[in-house]
Amino acid sequence: MKSIDIVIVGGGPAGLAAAVAARKAGCDSILILERDGELGGILNQCIHNGFGLHTFKEELTGPEYAGRFIDQAMELNIDYKLNTMVMDISRDKVVTAMNRTDGMFQIQAKAVILAMGCRERPRGALNIPGYRPAGIFSAGTAQRLVNIEGYMPGREVVILGSGDIGLIMARRMTLEGAKVKVVAELMPYSGGLKRNIVQCLDDYGIPLKLSHTVVDIEGKEHITAVTIAEVGPDRKPIPGTEERYTCDTLLLSCGLIPENELSQSAGVEMSRITSGPVVNESLETNIPGVFACGNVLHVHDLVDYVSEEAARAGQNAVKYVKGELGTVSDSTKGRINLVATDGVRYTVPSTIDPDRMEENLTVRFRVGDVYKDSYVSVYFGDERVQHRKRQILAPGEMEQIIVKKQDLLARPDMDTITIKIEKD
Amino acid sequence: MTYDVIIIGAGVTGAAVARELSRYETNVCVLEKEEDVCCGTSKANSAIIHAGYDCEPGSNMARMNVRGNAMMDDLCRDLDIPFKRNGSLVVCIHEELLPGLKELYDRGVKNGVPGMKLLTREEALAMEPNISDDVKGALYAETAGIICPFKLNIAMAENANQNGVDFRFNTCVEKLTREDDGLWHIRTNNGEYTAKYVVNAAGVYADVFHNMVSEQKINIIERRGEYYLLDRTVGDHVSHTIFPQPTKYGKGILVAPTVHGNLLVGPTAIDQEDKEATNTTPRGLSEIAEKASENVRNLPLRSVITSFSGLRAHENHHEFILGEVSDAPHFIDCAGIESPGLTSSPAIGEYIGNLLRDKMSLTEKANWISTRKDVLDPKKLSIEERNELIRKNPAYGQIICRCESVTEGEILDAIHRPLGARSLDGVKRRTRAGMGRCQAGFCSPRVMDILARELNLPLTEITKSGGKSNIVLERSKEVTE
Repeated sequence: MKSIDIVIVGGGPAGLAAAVAARKAGCDSILILERDGELGGILNQCIHNGFGLHTFKEELTGPEYAGRFIDQAMELNIDYKLNTMVMDISRDKVVTAMNRTDGMFQIQAKAVILAMGCRERPRGALNIPGYRPAGIFSAGTAQRLVNIEGYMPGREVVILGSGDIGLIMARRMTLEGAKVKVVAELMPYSGGLKRNIVQCLDDYGIPLKLSHTVVDIEGKEHITAVTIAEVGPDRKPIPGTEERYTCDTLLLSCGLIPENELSQSAGVEMSRITSGPVVNESLETNIPGVFACGNVLHVHDLVDYVSEEAARAGQNAVKYVKGELGTVSDSTKGRINLVATDGVRYTVPSTIDPDRMEENLTVRFRVGDVYKDSYVSVYFGDERVQHRKRQILAPGEMEQIIVKKQDLLARPDMDTITIKIEKD
Repeated sequence: MTYDVIIIGAGVTGAAVARELSRYETNVCVLEKEEDVCCGTSKANSAIIHAGYDCEPGSNMARMNVRGNAMMDDLCRDLDIPFKRNGSLVVCIHEELLPGLKELYDRGVKNGVPGMKLLTREEALAMEPNISDDVKGALYAETAGIICPFKLNIAMAENANQNGVDFRFNTCVEKLTREDDGLWHIRTNNGEYTAKYVVNAAGVYADVFHNMVSEQKINIIERRGEYYLLDRTVGDHVSHTIFPQPTKYGKGILVAPTVHGNLLVGPTAIDQEDKEATNTTPRGLSEIAEKASENVRNLPLRSVITSFSGLRAHENHHEFILGEVSDAPHFIDCAGIESPGLTSSPAIGEYIGNLLRDKMSLTEKANWISTRKDVLDPKKLSIEERNELIRKNPAYGQIICRCESVTEGEILDAIHRPLGARSLDGVKRRTRAGMGRCQAGFCSPRVMDILARELNLPLTEITKSGGKSNIVLERSKEVTE
């Protein structure tokens, strides 16, 4: 069986950044396995701008952003295989994959980086009643049809869910001459970035109806209309609030699900909150040498953060291969648990081993509701060490805090760090 | 062209009759209003092969169910159809209803159902740990099974077609009259057909055609059943098919594994007055969750990947109407085919086939092909066999549907075989591409591209399920020539 130091599953933004960082950290045996026909992942269909403000200090389109990393990967001669589907990853890091030219093949990896990204929640999982006609798309599928294939699904559009892809597609369909009648959002707040609501809905006069959902879909062959109703605090439709919209297209942007079937079959421990792997400070899963980054780990708001996180996964994988990462002790001694509570839904990572961490560790999280004029507080044990005022915190935006290695080493008995939202 | 027999409907019943008739020297045509086989009740049901204990003794239903069940092993072997005898449990959760289980058992004995057993609470829980803790007793039927309903229908139709039966899709029968020439004249949206015999296998529309030719009117009620389909990760929540005790509305809401490893929960039973009312409803979907949880604990409804509904062709007397209509010579009914219609289909095919053989004195073909191979599933091959296949045909190395690991090779097979797929749903029913947890979000543009290329059609003409179900409307403005 062929042996490779680092096999990276997925050649999207996470996989590319991990590969580039791993090469720069001195690993010369890297292979990216990408299921699509090009590197770049979902960025290839994100032709709008706004990518790279943090990484490159300029506004790039998705393909341009991906292109920067693809160029680096090419310059660094990183190996990759396209149109190659990883079929299985075993606990001992044998990766089974398949494509047209190599057939089915196996690679013994020393380290594996999971970078498979996420998928969109389909209609079925939303339990929307009604018919099942043509004309219903997840927003990303419609984005591919419009931007890559060059076809319009329809002319009169209703969008359910205000995730970022839905917001971007509201603008995109409008620019292509379609009429986007309404964006309905089940929750009392949007799941997307504020800047996307302004730039994609407000600027085009597209109404956003919060606390609304689709309660019926009409049309036996092709969709002809949907009915939208307001929902109460229990998220159940309120009778009498129904409004019918004729349409030929319904787009769904109701959440993203990290795509972890491979991780699970490998035995990677999963978080029920993020639907991604549980990782430590090194972005390493419960299986030593298996790392995760990008949207397969937790759904990010900005690709810049994906790249940054993935670079760390790549560097840590190199350390692991070289035997420099340090072993994870079986006991919990010395390992600090991160506790997310009082409005904080989760943290990535979920544990920190101070001996293995970098000087400054970024801990990312999301909040579960909209909080105004509140504080993000960090407790080392019972001691509040950070207390940062924020005008607004929203579920659509990822948050972060920085933890310093020296602070943790100074508290050898500490076993928990708590992150919470406080009113004062 | 004049046919000996025209069958109206390419659902599972029409396909079964067509396959039986294909044994004989006779020319047969199936007229189907949809673009494919298996587009009505046959595609949206419980996918269960029933044992046959709950049919009224002496009824057509009882006879066809028990016979159809017994035929299933050979049929599924010959036609390469996924089928498993997983056994069923009728669960009793109320002490006072225990006598009902015994009645069901006795009825099964009268119907000639083999392999039944009344279980105590402990025996039932030992056999199926996730049934409700309220269980008081259960009826076990070892001959009950699960099947791929699409493949049963498709396989019988394909085999009939291999043996010379014509299929005309997108062909809707509008008028039927028997003229002085002794032939049935069948007017459709696609021209007129003539035939010596007509077999009415029109599902929920069977009453429409029956009533066109007979004064003895029948009435088919569309009894809607809504379902949830759950992800394969929870497909082993139960291993048997779990039924509540039956009521006058049917067998109740069941929980069953599917042959593809998913978990199926449903159906409701709500009478409609619309033969196309296959929509799901808030009421129906909440009823499924509520009632299924009575018999099965910790039902993982978080893992629902889709919901759907089908219409049972419920005849007023809850009986299969089979045979020649007394005041319409040479018009053969297969009407009122509701549950256990899927199970009964091969038996109905055999019964109607024998009837027409005797009436027309048909002789068997010397070269009848009795077997058919399904779309090749590379997942069933060893790595070596799979690599050999990919070397010969690289399309088997290209995954198109990642949730169900379906390759381009399988999709090409589905498109180019007899009665091949012409739509996304046609590909889905033949290969499972798009049937997984992302529900075609990823693969649909790719399957559309393959369909367009292979059928030499513009992308705008590719449909979800024929008719006006086109998926994209037009080129976007940047690429408009």
